[in-house]
Order: sequence, then C-alpha cells, then structure tokens
Amino acid sequence: MIKIGLDIGSTTVKCVALDENNKLLYKTYERHYSQITEKISELFKRIRTEIPGAENAYIAMSGSAGMGVADACGIDFIQEVYATRVAANTFIPNTDVVIELGGEDAKILFLSGGMEVRMNGSCAGGTGAFIDQMATLLNVPIEELNSLAEKHEKIYTIASRCGVFAKTDIQPLLNQGAKKTDIAASIFMAVVNQTIAGLAQGREIKGKIVYLGGPLTFIPQLRLDFDKTLKTQGICPENSLYYVAMGAALCAEKTVNFDNAVHKIEVYRGTGNFAFNKPLFNNQQELDEFRERHSRAKVKKGELKGFKGEAFVGIDAGSTTVKGVVTDSDGTLLYSEYMSNSGNPVPIVKDFISHIYEINPDIKINSSAVTGYGEEIIKNAFGVDVGVVETIAHLTAAKKFMPDVEFVIDIGGQDIKCFKIHNGAIDNIFLNEACSSGCGSFLQTFANALGYSAEEFSKMGLLAKQPVDLGSRCTVFMNSSVKQAQKDGATIEDISAGLCLSVVKNALYKVIRVSSPDELGKKIVVQGGTFLNDAVLRAFEQEMGTDVIRPDISGLMGAYGAALYAQSLYDGKSKSTILDTKQLAEFKHEIKSVNCGGCSNNCRLTINTFSDGRKFIAGNRCERPVTKKAPDDSFNIYQYKLKLLQEYKSQKGTRGKIGIPMGLNMYELLPFWHTFLTKLGFEVVTSPLSTRKIYLHGQQTIPSDTVCFPAKLMHGHIQWLIDNGIDTIFYPCMSYNFDEHLGDNHYNCPVVAYYPEVIKANMRDISKVKFFSEFVGIHRPKDFPKKICAELQKYFDGITLKDVKAAAKAAYAENDNYLAKVRAYGDDIIARAEKEGKRIIVLAGRPYHADPEINHGIDKLISSFDVAIVSEDVVSCHEQKIPTGVLNQWTYHSRMYAAADYVSKHDNMNLVQLVSFGCGIDAITTDEVRAILERNGKIYTQIKIDEITNLGAVKIRLRSLLATT
Amino acid sequence: MADLVYDKNGRLMFTKQMKDEGYKILLPMMAELHFSIITNVLKYYGYNVELLKTNGPEIAQVGLKYVHNDTCYPAILVIGQFIHALQSGKYDVNKTALMITQSGGGCRASNYIHLLRKALVKAGFPNVPVISLNMSGLESNSGFVITLPLLRRIAAAGLYGDMLMSLDNQVKPYEIHKGDSQALIDKWTKKLSDTLISGHGFKLKELSENLDEIAKDYSQIPIKKVPKVKVGVVGEIYVKYSPLGNNNLEKFLYEQDCQVNVPGLIGFIMFKIDNRLEDHKLYGGNIVKYTVLNKLMNYIKELEELITNSQLKFGFQPPARYDHVKELTKGVIGYGTKMGEGWLLTGEMLELVESGFENIVCAQPFGCLPNHICGKGMIREIKHIYDNANIVAIDYDPGAPRVNQENRIKLMLAVAKEQLKKETQSSDNVTAKTEETEQAVV
Repeated sequence: MIKIGLDIGSTTVKCVALDENNKLLYKTYERHYSQITEKISELFKRIRTEIPGAENAYIAMSGSAGMGVADACGIDFIQEVYATRVAANTFIPNTDVVIELGGEDAKILFLSGGMEVRMNGSCAGGTGAFIDQMATLLNVPIEELNSLAEKHEKIYTIASRCGVFAKTDIQPLLNQGAKKTDIAASIFMAVVNQTIAGLAQGREIKGKIVYLGGPLTFIPQLRLDFDKTLKTQGICPENSLYYVAMGAALCAEKTVNFDNAVHKIEVYRGTGNFAFNKPLFNNQQELDEFRERHSRAKVKKGELKGFKGEAFVGIDAGSTTVKGVVTDSDGTLLYSEYMSNSGNPVPIVKDFISHIYEINPDIKINSSAVTGYGEEIIKNAFGVDVGVVETIAHLTAAKKFMPDVEFVIDIGGQDIKCFKIHNGAIDNIFLNEACSSGCGSFLQTFANALGYSAEEFSKMGLLAKQPVDLGSRCTVFMNSSVKQAQKDGATIEDISAGLCLSVVKNALYKVIRVSSPDELGKKIVVQGGTFLNDAVLRAFEQEMGTDVIRPDISGLMGAYGAALYAQSLYDGKSKSTILDTKQLAEFKHEIKSVNCGGCSNNCRLTINTFSDGRKFIAGNRCERPVTKKAPDDSFNIYQYKLKLLQEYKSQKGTRGKIGIPMGLNMYELLPFWHTFLTKLGFEVVTSPLSTRKIYLHGQQTIPSDTVCFPAKLMHGHIQWLIDNGIDTIFYPCMSYNFDEHLGDNHYNCPVVAYYPEVIKANMRDISKVKFFSEFVGIHRPKDFPKKICAELQKYFDGITLKDVKAAAKAAYAENDNYLAKVRAYGDDIIARAEKEGKRIIVLAGRPYHADPEINHGIDKLISSFDVAIVSEDVVSCHEQKIPTGVLNQWTYHSRMYAAADYVSKHDNMNLVQLVSFGCGIDAITTDEVRAILERNGKIYTQIKIDEITNLGAVKIRLRSLLATT
Repeated sequence: MADLVYDKNGRLMFTKQMKDEGYKILLPMMAELHFSIITNVLKYYGYNVELLKTNGPEIAQVGLKYVHNDTCYPAILVIGQFIHALQSGKYDVNKTALMITQSGGGCRASNYIHLLRKALVKAGFPNVPVISLNMSGLESNSGFVITLPLLRRIAAAGLYGDMLMSLDNQVKPYEIHKGDSQALIDKWTKKLSDTLISGHGFKLKELSENLDEIAKDYSQIPIKKVPKVKVGVVGEIYVKYSPLGNNNLEKFLYEQDCQVNVPGLIGFIMFKIDNRLEDHKLYGGNIVKYTVLNKLMNYIKELEELITNSQLKFGFQPPARYDHVKELTKGVIGYGTKMGEGWLLTGEMLELVESGFENIVCAQPFGCLPNHICGKGMIREIKHIYDNANIVAIDYDPGAPRVNQENRIKLMLAVAKEQLKKETQSSDNVTAKTEETEQAVV
C-alpha cells in the first residue's frame, strides 16, 4: 500500500509518496505563490498520473495552509508539528530535539524526556519570511546571504523578534556603512537567538538534534550558528524539507476519490469572516476625474542642461531610497533622481552628483542640503553644506504647494512621518516606531510574494469591486490574513485594494491615532513614495472623507525641501562646499567597525574614511569617540541616579550574603531594601548594571515572549546572582507601591508586582537557592514590620520583631533620604539650566528606565543636543493630584500625569515619554499624557524602546521637537 | 432627552429621570447564558436593558478606530460593540445609556469605562451616559442603585448560568439526539428569566429546587458515552467566555469532537471578594470590612454548594469548589497575585488537570499583563507538577488570524488524541471489550 502525504506550507507545497517499507518513492517541492487551491488541485491531477497506484493510496494532508482545504475535501488533516514528530521518530530514532524553521513558523520539538512541542505564537520573527525580508533589504539572493555570512568579522545585535524591528536595526547600520558580510551573519545570529529565546522557555536543548525545514536546509551558515550557540552538532538529514509531508504520509489511513477531491478543492471557499469596503472607484470615469484633479499639483520644471543661474542641491538619503534634486532660486525643479538605496547610500549619491556634473559641466552650485537617515554620512562624505532634519525638509517642500498647509503626511518605504502645523510651525509630530505595516515596503513585500511588481500590483486594486478589509496590523499577521482572504474567494484585485486600505488605516489609527479628519485640519498635503500609488491616495481620501493635495513630486519632497532649505539659508555670496568634479573623481570610501568601549553602552562604531583622509564616525550615542572626552553629565539626572544607586555597596554581615537583582522596581527601592537587609545583618550583593551579556544569560528561561524588555532582563540578573555563588536571593512581590497621593490608588503594574512569581516558576536554577519572593506591603509602614517579620522567619533563623522594626525604620528613612537627594539634584539641574538658558527635557518613564541597557543611552543622546534632562519624579513631587480622564491608579504612572501637568506650566520645558514595547499600561498613559500636554499647547513626544532601539528615529524626533519649540 | 447632570469630576451621570423616561440601557456580550439571565433580573427592577448580540469583523474595526490599538482586545471589542450599536441607527442615542462592568484592581481592565467614555466623545456621543456595574462602590448614579436584593438576584443569575453551562458541556458531546441539550438551555433560560422577572427564584431554597430540576432534566437526556478528548478552557475572563473574543472557541472544540470544560463565573466573583480578605492578611487593614466581606464570601460558598449537591445527586461531575482550587494553588503561586484573573487562573489549570481535563487552552488577549504571570508564566510549573498536562496558550487580538489560532489548538489536540488512543487501547486490553454505557431513560 502506498501512502501519500502533502504539506501545504505558507510559501511552498511539498508532496511525498512512501511504500509499505516507508521508502520514499516520490517527492516534489514547489512554491505556490499563494495560489493555494489551484496548486493543490494541479498537484492532485499530477500525482494521479505520476505515482503508480495513487488511486488506491492512503492520503493525508498537513501544513498551516492546508487545514481548511483538507476538511473540505474529506482528506485527513494532520497538524504539521505532530507530523514532524511522527516522521522524526520513524526516520531518525533516538532524536532528542527537532528544530524546524519554515516560511512563517518556527518550531522546537522535544522528543525525549517528556515530549513537548513548541511553536512560535503570534510572531513570525526568526522564520523563513524574516530571512527573506532581510535578504530583500540587503538586495541579495538568499544563497548569497549565506556566502556573505561566511566572511563576517563581527556580529551586530539585531532584534529578531520581528522583521519590522530588524529592519529598523539594519537600516541605520547600512546607512552608517556597516559591511554586508557582518550584517548577514548578524541576521542569522538573530534568528538563532529568537528561536532559542522564544521557544526553549527554560528547557535545555541538548542531545541528538535534527534540523528541518527550508531555511535550515538551504543555509549551512544558519545551522553552524545554531551548533555554535547550542554547543552541539546537529544533523540535517536527507529529505529534510519533506519531514512534514512524510509524517502526514505515515499518518494516512484513508483513500481518496480523486475526482471528487479535485472537484471539492476547485469549488472550495473558506469561511473566514472578512468585512468588505466600498470600491475605491465605482467606474473608470471617477478614476479619470481623480487623476485629473491630482495632476494639477505640479512643480515648475526646468532643464538642467545648459542652465546658467544659481543652483541648489537637495539630497534625501532615506531608509530604502535615495532622492536627489537640483533647483534654481525660484524653486524650479531642474533635475531629479529617485534611486533605490541598495543598502549603501554613498555610491548612489556619488553617482547622482557625478550625473549633475556630466549633464551640466559648468553648473554653479550655490548651496546644498541633505536630510534623511543617511544625513550625517552623506554630509561628511560629500561636503554637503547643511543637514536638515527630515520633518523640516518636508514642511518646507509642502509649503511650496500649499502655503497654509495644516497637516503633512509622508509615507515612505518604511517610515511614516506626519505633523500638524500651527501658525506656520510644526506643532505635533507622529512617527511610526514599532511597526512599519503602514509603509511602502509593506505593499512591496506583498506584491513580490504574490508574484507582481509593486506598481503592477497596486494598479490592480483601483477598480476592485469589493476591497477586503484586512484591518490595521503587522505585516506578518497580514500575511496570514491575506491567505485566509484568498481562500475565502477574495480576488487579487480585492486584496490589492484591501492592502492599500490597510496602509492608510495603519497610518491613521495606529500611528497618528485620529478618528476624524477634523483632528488633522482641512488642508492636507500628502507625500512620500507610497502616495504615488493612486490606490493608497484614494483610500486615504476615502477614509478621511476629504480631498488632499499630492504634489507630482510626492516621492521627492524630502530632497526638494532640502534644496529649498539650502536656498533659504544661502547668503548670496559663498560657494557650496559640495565636492567638485575633481574631488568627486578622487572620491574613495573605506569602512571599518570597532567597539567604542568608552562607557558601558559599548557602542559599535563604524569608522568611515574618505579619500582626503577625513573620517566620519557613526553608531555613537555621545561625543566621546569623536572628542575623546567624557560627556558632561552634570545636566543629566539619569546618570546621577545611576551613580547614587551604585553607592549602595556590600557591607559584611553576620547573616551572610543576600542577592538583589537590579531591575524593575529595584531601581527605586534599592535604597530601602539595601538598608533594611543590611541592618538585619545581611551582606547585600546587587547584580551589576545590565548588559547584553547578562540578558542573553537568562533569555532561555523567559516564558512569555511578549512581555516587556525590562521584565525579560530580570532573568539575566537572577542568573548572574546564582552564577556568582549567591545562595539567597531577595525579590519580593508587591501589589502596591508607596502612596504619593498623586492618584486614586498606588498599584504597581501587574508585571512589576508579580514578576518574582514568574522567576520562581521558570528559572530552573532557582531551586538551588533560597528565594524570598513573598508578598510585602511597604505602603503600610505601621503593619509592614510585623508582616514581613513573620515571612522572614520562615526563611531565616533568629529574626526578631525588634530587629525588624529597627531595620524598617532605617529603611524608610533611607528611602526618604534617597528620594530627597534625587529631587534636590533635579531642582538644582533645573535652576542651573534656567540660569544658563538651557532647554529642559523631562524624560519621563519608570525608575528602571535609568538602566542603560533599557534606555540604550537615550539620555546621553539627548544631552548631546545641549539640553538638561530631569526625570518625571523630580517634577511630579511639586504637584498635587490632577483630574484625569482615566483611572489614575499606578504609582509610577501617576507621576507621569503630574509631570505632564508640571511641564505644561513651564515654558522652557518639554516632555519626552519613554515607553517600553509591550507595556500594556502605557497604551493608556500615553494617550492621557498626550492629552494633558496638548490641552496646554505643548508637543508630546514618545519614544518606544525595546531590546534594540533605532536611535535614528529618536534623533529625528528630538531634533524636530527642539527645532519647533 | 433627559437633563444632563454631571458629577464634580465632570462625569455624565445616569439619573433617575433617565430611568423613568425609559432610557434603553445597552449591555455588552460576554458569557451569553449568564448575561441573558442577568438582563432579565435588571428588567425586573424596571431597567430597559438590552444585551447586545451583534458580532462580525466590523465590531473590531470600529473598536480600533476609537480605542488605542495597543489596548487589550476585550476593550477594543466591548467599546467597538457599543459604538457600532450607537452608530447603527437602531437606537435613539438621546435616550440610550451603556452599562459596563468595572472590576477595580491593578489590571488595565479597570480603565475600560474611562476608555469607553473617551471613545464616546471621539465618536460624537458625549451625551450617552455610562453606568458602572461594580461591587466596589467606584461610581454612583442616582438612576441606577445597586441594592442587596438586586445583588442577590444577580448572584442567582450567575449561579444558574454556571449550572447550565456546566451541564451543557457535560451532556452535549454525548447526546444521542443532537439538539437535546440546547433545547434544555432554551427552556431553562426562558423559565428562569420568567421566575426572576416575577421576583422569585433567588432564595437559597428556591435556588436549590430549581438547580435540582435542571440537573434532573439533563439526566434524562439519552447519551452514549464514548471516549473523547477532554479540553479545559481558562484565560482572561472576556476572551475565555465571549465567542466574539475567542473566535467561537467552544464551538470549534465541540466540532473537533471534544468534551469542553469552562470553569464558571462564580469562582471569579469569589476570587475578587477573596482578594480583599487576602490583602488584609498580607498587609493589614480594617477588621470590620474584613468581617463583612467574610460573611459575603460564606454566603456565596453556600450558593456554590448548591450546584455541587444538585449535580452529584444526578450523577454529574460538579465544577470544582473554590476552596479546593485555592488549596491546589498553594505553593505554586502566591495568593497575593490578584490582578486580572490572578492565581485563580493558575488554580483552574491545576484543577482541570486533576479532574481529567489535562488538555487546556489558555486564552488571553495579546499582551495581557496578568497573563504573562499567571497564565504563560505558570505553564512550566504546572507541567512540572503534572507531566501529562497538555497546555496551549493562545493570544487573541484583532490581527491574529483564526487559522493560526486553530492550527495551534490542533497541535494540542493531536497530542491529546494520541494520548486518548493509548489510554483507550490499554483499557480495552484490560476489559477485553468495548465499553458503551447507554444511560437509560428515566
């Protein structure tokens, strides 16, 4: 009896036939380009003729995309992980662990010692799709990614959690000139880390390990990285691509009537529920009218060849494209180029400038400006006169088309930038940070996946009858939604239109958070390459219910604005410093990367050397590597807090050592607990400041991959304490924090409150130590000594209430003392800043945002703009409780509302809120803090931080904030 | 429209005048059985209540438009359902109020009501009052007063809901005539609603009689016991119960030929009361409050006992008692873990495994904070205690496609089915014949 197994994966279809001895008779592996039902029915027809005896064979189906189809045509469905397990048990007996990476799935199967199967949850980071995306970003085929990685010299840290995050990590690296070889290797390392961190969840991966699935089959370097990290040597068996299909075959128990099955597949429609939107255009006439209306927003154009007057050059070195323009003194566009970035903007800009000189050898360039991610390197490389922050460049360009513009929205390759304009100045800025699903690269990815060019694909949606409502979500989720919609019978046209709608919805509801056009104003200019797409533009107008202006140079606006900006600064005399023909001919560019080592941030620096020996350093957070001097921290409260906390040193005690992990609320409660425990006779040992290494030490034991990064770091700190021989660890649970009378209650957030429980239940080594994680209530000073005394007595001998009372008294006093010092220093910074006329930024977050591994040195980055930094707590203490539109019930968050209110009353202050990715509570606080500030005419700025942070975006935000207030 | 009256914080109140004018009060859907009966209790008190039964993808889309997209999924759905209803044209928005539960506590859920008010303003319904249904005295309204008799009736409604849900889950997978169990649900929701509307059916004695009647009715449904995969459902309260929130999870599991066990609502209510007692034990506090709450706790325990007795009397497997679940949790996670579903979630998983439902779906909204701790955070420890525990954590979110969720559940089920096969084969060997217990019609 022949057994046939099919594996309908997210990108490919696999089919095998086994004989009665489980010998492989037939195999095929094909991409399906999301034409799933067509592919399956074709495959059925084919195997019927190609496999002898297929008519009587047992058949089963597996794979994530095969589920509904299998049910519909009466074929048994075998869950794919389960199928893998059956296959592994049959073909490779004694396998301990299987690691399988697929198109969108990552799985680990523990076969020996308590069978367990793990697959990635709602995130497709670290899968084949991720690697594909990264290869596209680097503009190389997958195979070359492998050979590039072989030649790497160093590894950068890249977030592998999500392709989107990784992009934001890689892009700045590319723009700074990091080598593709190193980036390729870093991408693989990221995949390895993601798989292990996301799926191992405390279980060790050891023994006989088998690698399966496309990426691990095709990319030897990736296997090598797994081997290295797991300190083992895994096997990638023959037919490693077919294990799911073979497993399905092994499980097959039923024959199938082919005619019937093929028929059922062909008429198959899924049952997902999708809403449908009204068409973008009802007919060709509407489309023509629309096009006519938009063709009116035109820039005046001239000819570069033979041009004799004053010329200005503008360059926009963006994340995925580089744009360059030449204008005259009236803003007439003489020449423009729109080029793909291809991972390194330098040679592209060089070509652009050479083209100018080729077309017009006599050109007299008066001035030039550059904007975009690559601003610094391009400015240095080519002697561009000025750099201008993107927001200002875009505003300058928009005003040329609509002098009284109220709102500008720019959707580019992977950024959304938008801002409101009030009295001619930028009033409020929105940038996408955590997500790029509302951007051009999103559409492009889909177009390519479906086998179309981006342009072709977007045109298809214009006259779609029923655009599918795919919602506003991440690219990865969208992938599955698109597939579902296809199964439900949505046409490619409906999907194209639906995706354009998603782009718009994402921009509006996720990034800008509007609910009606009135909030944005009536006069809107849209720009950026993505709006060149008529479907996106129409969807935007439809969703907002208003007509907007799209300049015909929508994709060039950054560069055009830069040129206008250069012109506005031009003094009428001097000549541009931009390289001339001769210098350009001699232009050379070399890249070297090193670690700074100047401080604990340990920035990875990219040193660019140019032909005349000029150097440009990128990747630094502060000026230290450039000036060789330590940055001035005297206006930075975050550095002061770190310094103060480090002053709590161990003191020898009669009770031996007790460890405190330095994370989460310990960042503020260390003075309290350190004093309390020291007084009781313990020698308090704290874990050191967080580092990447500390994080990696604990990452295997994190049970929930969507919890915030500060919580994840806790695992590393606990591990450090255990590894350093500390056999007693103190980390209590605390539902409540101190009541500062700024809110209706004084809770800790659930994660801060109960994280010790997670540590206890998930870190294997915790059983080796005495772990104090009891519930304590420091918010009730009268009850506290008695309650904690009883708990302590369960763990330690000879603790008396008298001692505890004395220790508690000292602890409360020290806590007050610490807070008083911080507040006094904060007041002092403010006073000094006011005296020197420095701007003050209240960098509002949680106490643990002082951890340099969490804030990624953002405090230092802000300092480098010559502003003073204080934290929320040093201003909130001067406030009373204010009325809020939300339930104000968390101590740390109450401070932020109060701080926002305080900032509102002070002209020289601005507030920047740090938000940890995944912090559910900040979904509430950010809107409220924004409301408080905007009510008082202040600009709200938010910075989302995670395991990795895109400092480029942070810079844009801050520069825009500082440029407009 | 009635006069708009605001409290000192600017909150729009639900006034007596509004009640008298017959304002329609909309209630969001969560656990259908329970909420249908509660709706009728409120009607008895003269409130013109309507339970929203709308569903479909538009609800999430409306929610996403008016609520911060990173907020938990239940908030997006509940608020989406409200605004969707107000925008439908079906209701006179000048004579409509909304009612929403407010749990209090350190979870984001306490803020739903505030997010709802913000959303109403954004959507252009600033004059629609929102009534908080809570036991903590959080917000008061002259037009809606929670009295002890009302509370007792609501408790009764909750109890009946739990009873019907539990029996339906035990009988439906095995019924010989498809639809028998559903017919009883229809019969009893109607009958109980009528009883409650007429002002009866909430005293201990009446409760006990009615519960016995229900159990008796269910015991008469002819069934055929065959081995089935047993799956427990736990999770964040809304996505645990609401088909809108969990993509019809119960129905899906039923279609996959499983017997489902969803622990009841009464346990959650007891948990919320018990939290205050635990707080008192952990941190100290007012002894008078403690005593009053303790009495309330004992009253609900009596109610709980009624379900247990009735089910045992007619040969069913009653839901676990609260005290037993709490006992199981000891040493696994602290009783101070009270935000969201807290230790109860861990406890329910432990109890399910203990009572034969070792296959569990742990449902939570994507990024649910308490679930990082009590759900996903405890799975390893539970497996450590019971190595047969087969738990899958599923995230629900407006963007999480159903296919992926079902695929992950199917993985859990594949392992469960394999285990079931092993067990039935080994029991076959012992008894040497297939067991088919057919229950006689009484």
